[in-house]
Amino acid sequence: MSSIAIKGVKKAYAKNAVVHGVDLEIATGEFIVILGPSGCGKSTLLRMIAGLEEISGGEIWIDGKLVNKLEPRERGCAMVFQNYALYPHMTVAENIGYALKVAGVPKAERMQRVAATAKVVGLEAFLDRRPAALSGGQRQRVAMGRAIVREPKVFLFDEPLSNLDAKLRVAMRAEIRRLHRRLGATSVFVTHDQTEAMTLGDRLVVMNGGRIEQVGTPAEVYNRPATRFVANFVGSPSMNLMEGAIDRHGVFVYDEQRRIPLPGALDARLVGHKIVLGVRAEAAKLVEAGTPGSLPATVDFIEELGAGRVVHTDFDGLSFAVALSDAATFETGDPVGVMIDPADIHLFSIESGLRIDLPASQPAHATSL
Amino acid sequence: MVERTPIFNAVCQIVLFIGLLTVLLPFLIVVIAATHDIRTVNTVPMPLVPGSDLFANLHEAWIRADLGRKLLNSFLFAGTVAAGKVLLSSMAAFAIVYFRFPGRMLMFWLIFITLMLPLEVRIVPTYAVAANALAPFQAILDVTGISWLIRNVSGLQVKLEWGLLNSYTGLILPLVATATGTFLYRQFYLTVPDELAEAAKMDGSGAVRFFVDILFPLSKPNMIALFTIMFVWSWNQYLWPLLITTDPNFGIAVTQLKHLIPSEFGLPDWNVAMAGTLIIMAPPLIVVILMQRWFVRGLISTEK
Repeated sequence: MSSIAIKGVKKAYAKNAVVHGVDLEIATGEFIVILGPSGCGKSTLLRMIAGLEEISGGEIWIDGKLVNKLEPRERGCAMVFQNYALYPHMTVAENIGYALKVAGVPKAERMQRVAATAKVVGLEAFLDRRPAALSGGQRQRVAMGRAIVREPKVFLFDEPLSNLDAKLRVAMRAEIRRLHRRLGATSVFVTHDQTEAMTLGDRLVVMNGGRIEQVGTPAEVYNRPATRFVANFVGSPSMNLMEGAIDRHGVFVYDEQRRIPLPGALDARLVGHKIVLGVRAEAAKLVEAGTPGSLPATVDFIEELGAGRVVHTDFDGLSFAVALSDAATFETGDPVGVMIDPADIHLFSIESGLRIDLPASQPAHATSL
Repeated sequence: MVERTPIFNAVCQIVLFIGLLTVLLPFLIVVIAATHDIRTVNTVPMPLVPGSDLFANLHEAWIRADLGRKLLNSFLFAGTVAAGKVLLSSMAAFAIVYFRFPGRMLMFWLIFITLMLPLEVRIVPTYAVAANALAPFQAILDVTGISWLIRNVSGLQVKLEWGLLNSYTGLILPLVATATGTFLYRQFYLTVPDELAEAAKMDGSGAVRFFVDILFPLSKPNMIALFTIMFVWSWNQYLWPLLITTDPNFGIAVTQLKHLIPSEFGLPDWNVAMAGTLIIMAPPLIVVILMQRWFVRGLISTEK
């Protein structure tokens, strides 16, 4: 049974539509990450679930109850804010226990639950401090404790980690994951950071321009991006995208020197059409210039990542990234060849941006143009 | 701008010193005059060395002006007005900042415009209202013909009356509304992050609860600053208390000063008048000194 059901939800400010009809089912206990660039409507969607933002159209159901007209407190959600939103004049214990106090929980029980929560988030030693006397990570924990203590049906996270430094972010990420495993409550986590999204989510919801582009497990989203946008947005470095036409022999032609034969049987509908071809940086290799079957390129610049390197090459104006794990050395300006594994290419319609499945891999579901 | 040359420093200090002298000199004369006996205070020029009659003069002023009662009245008056201003303006600003209702900005500007209409400008109508606080409602009933209707139907003459003259209510109530305070509070509320209100909402607290539990405690520095300013302002009110209270039981200290000033043909005992002044100016001074630490913080910075 689904814990949250979002049906055709829309949001418009005055005449500006920011969310255009979103449908989403979230199962009980699931950890959903909504991923998208800033301004894509992901936070608005979250705030509509929380009840902080009015719903302009559609329905939101939480736990089998239509919540469109319910106040936030009646929805059984707890929220962690980006800037934590701790009450500055209250101690950590008062911050965590405030919701219980409002709910009229007797003091003895309140103290006990606050203490238990503090233990979960590792704040036992700081219960008497004010938020101003805490570090960023500790404040983050208070914000989480405040959410946990109410034992809500749904946790909502609004980019909670983006105010932390990189190292702490990784640590808190692991902690949120652990917490979710332990509490098992349905969670919706909004972020623009794809690493966060990939590592945390049971399923990802990729949003763009107020619409859902794709819903799927992190592996699905990474390996089979449903749209050109998802292909470009998910993965670091971004997927290389080239626009070109398919010739009679089923070969993708970017320009005279750069042709990529498509794998599998030739789809007759594609012949002669312009199309977008995508290759992940990890699916390409660098070989010596002039190797048969390779695409000629020059080395533009090299990003050192420690574990590996990303070589950005130049296809006469188009940048093409190749991830390297070996120690081969290149200099800027070197002519090289780029070798692409035909099994690792993605095709997208140039008009709609939708994924085109090749007959060999998915014969039944080839999207028509 | 940071400028550090010996000459510039010296100029600064001289200017500051002159300013200080200008402010302190009258005060000094009050203090010195209050210490002399009647003969010394009337010699020309008055000696600028303190005399020895300070306590006798203070005692005389206290008795003659009935300052015990009047100071109590003053404290009651200034304290209630200041507290009322804080409470009312914090709630008015809360409504304006946190609620979206039609005419919200209009309300704010209407309140703001009253800054241009101080008590002195509207003293006659305000007095008329204080004389019968229900007069406006009576006028509405008369104009709309409701009182005519009631008279014809039931034979009863509608006459609403609630006189506020010679009462603490009349003294205090018309002074409680404040545009300055509302504006100060509005600016403070605008600096409170929206997420705080949202977090409180998620925690299940309603508007009143949010105001009482979170906004009001957060505004403490603001509150103290406003209270201090308004206490001093109310303490120094003269025209309104003079007008509305004819019964000496409701008189306040500042208006009482008039009774200490020697009349044209009376005994020119300025020493007693100055001693009385000294007593009356002490309370606001003490309040400012006690509150100044928070007072400055409330005006210049927001809560960290």
